Amino acid sequence: MQVLVAMSGGVDSSVAAALLVAAGHDVTGATLKLWGGPSDSGCCSVADVDDARRVAQQLGIAHHVFNLADEFGRDVVAPYVAAHRVGRTPNPCIECNRTIKFERLLARARRLGFDKLATGHHAQVTATPDARWQLRRGADGLKDQSYVLSMLGQDALAQVCFPVGHLEKAAVRAEAVRLGLRTAAKPDSQDVCFIHGREGRGGFLAQRLELHPGVVVDERSGETLGALDAVELVTVGQRRGMAAAGERRYAVDVDVGSRRVTVATAARARVDEAILEPGSVTWVDEALEDGAAAFAQVSAHGRPAPCTVRLGAGAAEAVRCCFDEPQRPVAPGQTLALYDGRDPGAVVGAGIVGGSRRVA
Amino acid sequence: MPDGEATAAALVPGAAPVPGSGPGARSPEPPLTYLDHAASTPMRPEVVEAMAPFAAHVFGHPSGSHRQARAARAALEEARDQVAQVLGCAPAEVVFTAGGTEADNLAVLGALGAAALERPGRPTVVVSSAVEHAAVLASCRAAAARLPGVEHQEVGVDSRGVLHLDQLADALDEDVALVTVMLANNEVGTVQPLSDVVAEVARRAPGAFVHTDAVQAAPWLDLAEAAAGAALVSVSAHKLGGPKGAGALVVRKGTPLLPLMVGGGQERERRAGTHDVAGAVGLAAALAASAAEREEESVRVAALRDRLADGIQAAVPAVVEAADRKDVLPGHCLLCFSGVDREELVLLLDQAGVCVSGGAACASGALEPSHVLAAMGVPDADARGAIRFSLGHTSSSADVERALAVVPEAVARLRG
Repeated sequence: MQVLVAMSGGVDSSVAAALLVAAGHDVTGATLKLWGGPSDSGCCSVADVDDARRVAQQLGIAHHVFNLADEFGRDVVAPYVAAHRVGRTPNPCIECNRTIKFERLLARARRLGFDKLATGHHAQVTATPDARWQLRRGADGLKDQSYVLSMLGQDALAQVCFPVGHLEKAAVRAEAVRLGLRTAAKPDSQDVCFIHGREGRGGFLAQRLELHPGVVVDERSGETLGALDAVELVTVGQRRGMAAAGERRYAVDVDVGSRRVTVATAARARVDEAILEPGSVTWVDEALEDGAAAFAQVSAHGRPAPCTVRLGAGAAEAVRCCFDEPQRPVAPGQTLALYDGRDPGAVVGAGIVGGSRRVA
Repeated sequence: MPDGEATAAALVPGAAPVPGSGPGARSPEPPLTYLDHAASTPMRPEVVEAMAPFAAHVFGHPSGSHRQARAARAALEEARDQVAQVLGCAPAEVVFTAGGTEADNLAVLGALGAAALERPGRPTVVVSSAVEHAAVLASCRAAAARLPGVEHQEVGVDSRGVLHLDQLADALDEDVALVTVMLANNEVGTVQPLSDVVAEVARRAPGAFVHTDAVQAAPWLDLAEAAAGAALVSVSAHKLGGPKGAGALVVRKGTPLLPLMVGGGQERERRAGTHDVAGAVGLAAALAASAAEREEESVRVAALRDRLADGIQAAVPAVVEAADRKDVLPGHCLLCFSGVDREELVLLLDQAGVCVSGGAACASGALEPSHVLAAMGVPDADARGAIRFSLGHTSSSADVERALAVVPEAVARLRG
């Protein structure tokens, strides 16, 4: 097979490329330049491109750099900033996977005649007996990345592969060491690739949108409990900065328009239903049936919560996930990944949270 | 892992496919069709031969006083004489550098440094074309950022890529210390009207010096004539069959220059550092070999280039040739494939063994938008599909036929 492997310069994609070469495939490496200039951090820094290129040289495969910086700015960074402007909590890694890696890069791989696009994600694609594709959790539970891939459907899954998905992370590193790859000891990537550790999310956003001070209001008493520097930086579910008289409170609503964050006690902040925005819901294969049991996961390494999926009557109606047990608050803008109620390793679909219903 | 020797053999232009290179399922290596001479050229055999002694037994420090040193010094000065002869200057006017970028840096930063020292409290202006190589543009910007009083002004080009002489005239006054205009552009190959620039500068800014980056032009134009009016001329060995990391700056007598490298006083205190004797010998041999065959080669290569450019345009719809061929160096051809992404076309052609360029790359290796095409007013949609084919001393009709067999199919595939 002719395989294009997206090489970030990290250990997972390095070993993914190595395994494909060892399996005898005709492998070409590509690193995406997505953001900024010659910075020393972030997913597309010069140092990371150098690492990816060096690994490709060691493996004896061609390596190319694709400049998708304009597309990344438009489809990932701009929506990230815009979401904060209205008090939502976006997931840029998911948007990057959706619009950059598994849309533009995949389309490019197809145009160029590659049979498959490979990445270093910890997730697994398996074929079912009736020739459908399943998306499953990575073998290493702690490194599983199926959540950030949960929006993939049959079209994409037919042409992607995750060569390290069946491996524990330790085995990936061991293979990199065995092959003498310079990325063997590189730390795992953390956080949002386009934000420097030293500037932080607040610093990044402050340069791109106007941040407004606001007040913290108790949901029950209506009392103002405190003040905030930037309403836009608060996430629903956040605890830090929300305490009242030494008691813990959780943000349950962020209203940028009125500069107000509403908070509740842990018990009253809990939700029993998350509502997915109409039009945002995707299915790996067939849609779940109304009333189907599933597990809902709302962050990359969050705990899957058992739920019942309620479909609206038509496509324009929201999908609701009714939790078996009340859950911590769910932030609008976050992706909710659904896993099969009978087969918790299998992703069945995903959607973007539009709202939730509190128990209280 | 591929066998190192087999891979190296597959990189020889025109070499046959290497059977059994790489693991079983991998595509066989296609024959190499090298159409990127403007980026770099294969070394000429006579250059390799001329350099060989200096990689082996002639190792003396040319500044020393014993027989080993004398042997090295003799080779260095012989090389300097050869370079001076080809470039039409005195041997004392040749400053050996580690390539074209260093020559450009030395010319711009060195001349502006000297000028700024001579006129404290007065503005020191450097005027460049908007389509200079990054080595020149970045040097101008660095000078403006680092040297007190230095300002950088760019002069635009027309849609053919030719400098606007009237804009240049407007930019010239007594504050201008340096005017830097390339002899020919690296991306589109457009030859600039350097003698008109020199005349304009003499008329309107007689105190200013002219620098020309002749790196691209060197294989094709007689620099003794074409660059005669420039006080500073940059050349690079690897663009004409010489080694990488070797170049020269012509610094004509009476041109004040502040060195960038200070130390042992080599090159008459214009460029300190132990000489790269092999590099200087390689540069001289490459310049001499190139000059000896320049006229016939220009005709031969231009015919190949025309066949390539015409053939592609006959076989592929919606292709725009960026510049007017009569203004362009014999080896250059920049084609804009509308609706195609140059990154994708470069990759497909590479897979077929055809080496071309999609433009200049940033530090990461990603292609950057072309400042040259932007200055020429080429629409973004066309610039996204811009591919430079550049031919040179090893190019053959087989290369052209191979490219003609591959390019139309690749473009058709990418256009879907």
